[in-house]
Amino acid sequence: MNYIDPHIHMISRVTDDYHRMALSGCAAISEPAFWAGFDRGSVDGFRDYFRHLTEVEPKRAALYGIRHYSWLCINAKEAENVELSRGVIQMIPEFLDKPNVLGIGEIGLNKNTKNEATIFQEHVDLAMKTNELILIHTPHLEDKYKGTRMIIDMLKNDRRVNPERVLIDHVEEHTVRHALDNGFWCAMTLYPITKCTPQRAADIIEMVGTDRIMANSAGDWGKSDPLAVPELILELKRRGHPDSAIRKLVYENPLAFWRMSNRWQEWPVEETAPVKKKEKARV
Amino acid sequence: MSKQTTPLPANKALEQFFLEARCKLLDVAAILDRVNRGQEAGEVLANDPRIERIRKALEVMHDQSGGRAERIQQIFSLEYDSGWEKPKPRY
Repeated sequence: MNYIDPHIHMISRVTDDYHRMALSGCAAISEPAFWAGFDRGSVDGFRDYFRHLTEVEPKRAALYGIRHYSWLCINAKEAENVELSRGVIQMIPEFLDKPNVLGIGEIGLNKNTKNEATIFQEHVDLAMKTNELILIHTPHLEDKYKGTRMIIDMLKNDRRVNPERVLIDHVEEHTVRHALDNGFWCAMTLYPITKCTPQRAADIIEMVGTDRIMANSAGDWGKSDPLAVPELILELKRRGHPDSAIRKLVYENPLAFWRMSNRWQEWPVEETAPVKKKEKARV
Repeated sequence: MSKQTTPLPANKALEQFFLEARCKLLDVAAILDRVNRGQEAGEVLANDPRIERIRKALEVMHDQSGGRAERIQQIFSLEYDSGWEKPKPRY
């Protein structure tokens, strides 16, 4: 089954991963801007990073037939440096005419501080001015519930925000309904130890259904699995879920969300059609 | 898919996941034993909040009313206060 991984940091992965993802049916990915493992010191450092996301990585992915999209921001960890954050936010529009940029992200909270909330709101302000989609990182572990509620508070507090154009990422059992019930899209991250296992993600799907929800690997330089989405596909198949429901989760939903991007260009029909339709067309 | 869809019947779910549950319970038990064994070399107090959270989570495991994963997530979560000072949007 073809799939989309809507959140993976390929800048920190080797080319072999692209190869294995292609072999596993990966049709497209999106790469949100994130923390590099250290705090960067200048706006120019981010400008170079955004060039990597919008120019280098799409070419590397294309060698394996994978479409590469990206999201731009300064992440929550570096948002404690408010002056640098404001400089980066001011620079982001330089890249908003790049064809593969889907929107602003992954913005969010990390330790739920005042500075993080300030910079989150200023990213939202930019997204509203430029009519961009928003991809949101929710905090890790003990901070997740509180941070997710705070993020939803800020979004609901801003009358310009249309929840249908916002995706709240890294949802788990205790946050998924807060995202969905408030009209947002959401995503589960299949990440060892600290987020969801494929089994728990399948459980969540059984509890909330497949509307406005997707799954990703969030593969990065930490212990993570770039083939986590195929692991979820296998888990759902083992439990007897129909292919149509699995395909909606791992392919149609991310595509439906991305299609709302300002710069979206449709893929050739044969790439987006379900397998059965392709087979019929050959007869 | 409509909500609350679980194609796997309970008896098959138990068959498929019994060994995995056994393995993970043994892992938790072994972790607690490991902490106990090291007490002489470096003490962990009985009122350490992490131990307290593990104890509360194990209590939830006994309760058969469902939603256990969500309730255990809440045990390991910081409290949320709806009155926090929100930044103002710039319209």
